[in-house]
Amino acid sequence: MKKLNKTTKSNFITYAIVILAFIICQSLISAGSMTRSLKGQLVPICVYIVMAVSLNLTVGISGELSLGHAGFMSVGAFAGIVFSAWAQAALGIENTIVRLLLCMVIGGIFAGIAGVLIGIPVLRLRGDYLAIVTLAFGEIIRNVFNCLYISLIPGSVQYVADAANPEVFTKTQVLDRLNIAFNTTPNADWNIIVNGPAGATGVTKIATFTVGFALILFTLVVVLNLINSRSGRAIMAIRDNRIAAESMGINVTKYKMMAFVTSAVLAGMAGALYGLNYSTVTASKFKFDTSITVLVFVVLGGIGNIRGSIIAATLLTVLPEMLRAFSDYRMLIYAIVLIVVMLATNSPQIRQLVERIIPKRRKAGKEGEAA
Amino acid sequence: MTQRKSTTRMVPVPSHSIVPERDVDKRPVLETRHLGIEFGGLKAVEDFNLTIGRTEIAGLIGPNGAGKTTVFNLLTKVYQPTTGTVLIDGKDTAGMNTVQANKLGIARTFQNIRLFSNMTVEDNVRIGLHNQIRYGMFSGIFRLPSFWSGEKRQHEQALDLLSIFDMQDMAAMKAGSLPYGAQRRLEIVRALATNPSLLLLDEPAAGMNPHETEELMENIIKIRDKFQIAVMLIEHDMNLVMGICEGICVLNYGRIIAKGTADEIQSNPVVIEAYLGKRKED
Repeated sequence: MKKLNKTTKSNFITYAIVILAFIICQSLISAGSMTRSLKGQLVPICVYIVMAVSLNLTVGISGELSLGHAGFMSVGAFAGIVFSAWAQAALGIENTIVRLLLCMVIGGIFAGIAGVLIGIPVLRLRGDYLAIVTLAFGEIIRNVFNCLYISLIPGSVQYVADAANPEVFTKTQVLDRLNIAFNTTPNADWNIIVNGPAGATGVTKIATFTVGFALILFTLVVVLNLINSRSGRAIMAIRDNRIAAESMGINVTKYKMMAFVTSAVLAGMAGALYGLNYSTVTASKFKFDTSITVLVFVVLGGIGNIRGSIIAATLLTVLPEMLRAFSDYRMLIYAIVLIVVMLATNSPQIRQLVERIIPKRRKAGKEGEAA
Repeated sequence: MTQRKSTTRMVPVPSHSIVPERDVDKRPVLETRHLGIEFGGLKAVEDFNLTIGRTEIAGLIGPNGAGKTTVFNLLTKVYQPTTGTVLIDGKDTAGMNTVQANKLGIARTFQNIRLFSNMTVEDNVRIGLHNQIRYGMFSGIFRLPSFWSGEKRQHEQALDLLSIFDMQDMAAMKAGSLPYGAQRRLEIVRALATNPSLLLLDEPAAGMNPHETEELMENIIKIRDKFQIAVMLIEHDMNLVMGICEGICVLNYGRIIAKGTADEIQSNPVVIEAYLGKRKED
């Protein structure tokens, strides 16, 4: 019972940090003391936090190094953009919040389907091979979007004569339809949503910081509750000792798939939010670099450490903006900061220093060493 | 040391095996027929025939490298046999995997301990209870009522199982930080949590002192009596094997060289030769 309290307490601290950060940001915005560039960063920060936490589910909790996380993000982004345009035109959903939420759900579903399809072959592999194949799938997804043309065929009202009684016409509303094609230029009177390599242009920006914050909370609830449940224990058992887990009757494929697909769904939801935050979204935004950046958040925050992922994602998304003053040397300094942080967190001297400053940590550290 | 040599009468069954008299009318929990496996031409186990009664404590002994652990891996379907069949509870396990074999009622411990060492003792047992007390992923994520009732039952049953070895006080400790003997006991508890009808113990007394071994012997009998299951163990500690095993099977170079009760095995010249070598002719 004591153990349950400990993890529950730790989870509540994580929720509290996120909620507190949201309140601080909101009050800064209403006070008008937040810079324009930082304000523009708020939604991407939310997106990257969700990406990092969901990737931590695959890398940290399930123990599979996945390098194609941006692929799921792009599936979610394009699904969200297309659905947003279609829902507005065909269903007439004008309320942006409702539309955004629906888009995130659709983005999650599509990314989940992609996760299942990719997971079936990929999760048969282990270690480096799995990493390489996920990387390849991430690139395949990006290249598919690079030559995908999606357009909206405007709907119309048609009058159809009744067969038995030619004088009577029935009015039928033909909804807007989607046309999906590879490598073909769409018809001139269609509304192009996704235009191949040029990407999605003229997207209505409906993403908001509040929805982003809600998505972070949702992600945390899903991931933290999953970890502390029967399924989560099975996932971690497979990571720690596959043979022992199998001999306990745990279906390895099922639980690996569960972690992988959950992670993909969350990445897809984040992708939808990301896509609807810009007026132009191209497939090149979801390159291999993006997957690696998210992986850096996870590694720097601590593999398997959800709170660490949140903090690392926030700091490392803001950092390049703050380093703008250094102009050309920006990425150089970014790299140096990463290396210094890694060295510092692994150095025993610095750990001792931290332990001396915070005595409570010394006890925790010693317990950790004993284990 | 108390002598608790078993007084069970062993009776022969059709497959050239013996089972305790009390189990002879019941369906055997395990039956192997001409079981064998080859690793690239090397016959690791060959023509292995064994029958284990419902509530028997069976021993599998033999010199190092005789293929004892390989037999366990064959029974639990870690390896697929090249020849022969394994029947668990009368059901053919051909083509099954480890998970399916476990669901049929076979659970094991490992020679080199395979605990989930970063998890608590209780969580290790809860993983054993995975297929016994179930609730779905969504009730776990959204904390539905079935999550709370399932967690409560898992908690209670885990403590209940830990109390067999008086380990309930260690429930919150990390499994990896337990002393060696306690880790071995925890592995047995975790295997028991899967509700097996046959428990395979791979060197349960390795690394234990004589006092702990003595306790372990009592506990194995206690487990058998309480859960009414069969136990099969690999062990090098002859005190333990001769003390509690009813039927003993001796393996050498992958073949069974003797089967019988403790007395029969101890006086069998073939067994003595396998362990100590041939007496020099003079």
